[in-house]
Amino acid sequence: MGEQDMAPSRTATRAATGTPPRAAGLGGLASLRPQRVRQIWVTLWFVALLPFVRLLYLGATNQFGANPLEFVTRSTGTWTLVMLCATLTITPLRRLTGWPWLLRLRRMLGLFAFFYGLQHFLLWIGVDRGFDLAYMLKDVGKRPFITVGFAAFMLMIPLALTSTNGMVRRLGGRRWQALHRLVYAIAVLAILHYWWHKAGKHDFGVVSRYAAYVAMLLGMRLWWALRARVSATRATGPSGAVVRPSLRK
Amino acid sequence: MLIPSPRWLRGDDVAASEITPRHVFASRRRWLALAAAGAAGSTLAPWFARSAHAATPHGAKLPATPNNSYVVTDKPTSFEDVTTYNNFYEFGTDKSDPSRYAGTLRPQPWQVAVEGLVKKPKVYDLDELRRLAPLEDRVYRHRCVEGWSMVIPWVGFPLAELIRRVEPQAGAKYVQFITLADPKQMPGVSGSVLDWPYSEGLRMDEAMHPLALLTFGLYGEVLPNQNGAPVRMVLPWKYGFKSAKSIVKIRFVDKQPPTSWNIAAPNEYGFYSNVNPAVDHPRWSQATERRIGDDAGGGFAALFAPKRKTLPFNGYGQQVASLYAGMDLRKYF
Repeated sequence: MGEQDMAPSRTATRAATGTPPRAAGLGGLASLRPQRVRQIWVTLWFVALLPFVRLLYLGATNQFGANPLEFVTRSTGTWTLVMLCATLTITPLRRLTGWPWLLRLRRMLGLFAFFYGLQHFLLWIGVDRGFDLAYMLKDVGKRPFITVGFAAFMLMIPLALTSTNGMVRRLGGRRWQALHRLVYAIAVLAILHYWWHKAGKHDFGVVSRYAAYVAMLLGMRLWWALRARVSATRATGPSGAVVRPSLRK
Repeated sequence: MLIPSPRWLRGDDVAASEITPRHVFASRRRWLALAAAGAAGSTLAPWFARSAHAATPHGAKLPATPNNSYVVTDKPTSFEDVTTYNNFYEFGTDKSDPSRYAGTLRPQPWQVAVEGLVKKPKVYDLDELRRLAPLEDRVYRHRCVEGWSMVIPWVGFPLAELIRRVEPQAGAKYVQFITLADPKQMPGVSGSVLDWPYSEGLRMDEAMHPLALLTFGLYGEVLPNQNGAPVRMVLPWKYGFKSAKSIVKIRFVDKQPPTSWNIAAPNEYGFYSNVNPAVDHPRWSQATERRIGDDAGGGFAALFAPKRKTLPFNGYGQQVASLYAGMDLRKYF
């Protein structure tokens, strides 16, 4: 996010002069036909739906186990985090590979994160708490791991609502992008939610792997942003023109 | 403009015999696709079959006499749930880990050292310990600190029987239980979830209470490994973690002994840890509980099974409340 390179870059120049882009060696993955991108999109859609299909199947075959609600709540929570991680992977992966079509998958993954997050939230507030809103607010105020989980989900709502092309146009790219940077906060809150949930039992084996992955994804962005700033300052030459550095080094 | 391609690119030099016929490579592709689908299917199959590993083999019978003074009338939780939904971190933190990985535990031969401030310290062989007093069948409610509960038919005798035989000295105020921590038998012990070995403790009057059961079996059989074989405590008025499993040492001491969960999170788990709906866990309420097996017909309906109200001292208040008379149970949680 925020890395769409509007200024003419060295890559663009290179492409114009006929030098093949670096990623061309990887079976032409840098420039896929729209039809092929569509196929990848559809495949990924079905893969991302599998955890949900699995829950339907396990429910229909009476396999939720000894503590059904706990199992389903945890499963949907896990998949929310997985989808969040996948969403946040798109931009760095696109930068590293130079495959622009990856961006086409990001909205779908983000909406799947919301889809699983919504189930997770409804299982807690609806099924576990019987829509007892007073109790819910008490819980949110009193228990930090619920507070951050609740906040993460609340922040996902505006992002899901503004995910359509129409909303992007209405908000304008820059404002839309600024709003959707909330996803970083959501990821951090989601990790905190999971971390504090496991804290009482000192059971950080799984959650620390997710935390490390999210830290890596956010760290890469930070690193790139800092580097871009440093070279932008350097590139402010005698002419005063700011030359944005190439993002595909 | 027509650019003639070089000969090697046109493939004119490839002998016709070397060209793979279309139907051959098409069928090869089909096979590859089938193999890929098969691989995906076999990877996903266990993910779609949670109950496949759930069956626990039955153990040797453990004859005992029913003690009807200690039988609750609630429907007992199924043997399957009792033996596959466990917290026993020595075998991993997932509820299904103990039933999966406790097979490496060797409950025989087994010794329990009874030591400390007693007149007759002794290292008991398991068989000798088991024959110390007549075994009883009792059905207890079991409440986990996590907010779920079960009803379990145990086999054992009151810990008091053992305590009387070893004759505590006047200075003995507490009893400490130390459980096995052998990384060769217990894969979870190499993790840093808790300070191993697991340690639990009771005040002497709690330990002497007739409800405190030194337990050797469940459902009329010797304890399955994942339930704390071969000998464990069962303290039905306290949260489940107070009942130490796979005990190797019982020590009589003059000061309150360190207990594992209290060391790990003192604000969450107190020394007493009596079941108390009025004192919340910092991360969840203890007012209600989910009874395992209350699944209203299974499947999706199971999600909507109502919770039960948690009772003070897990419903054993009449028997044990006097032990805590005058104590502020919010402070001594």
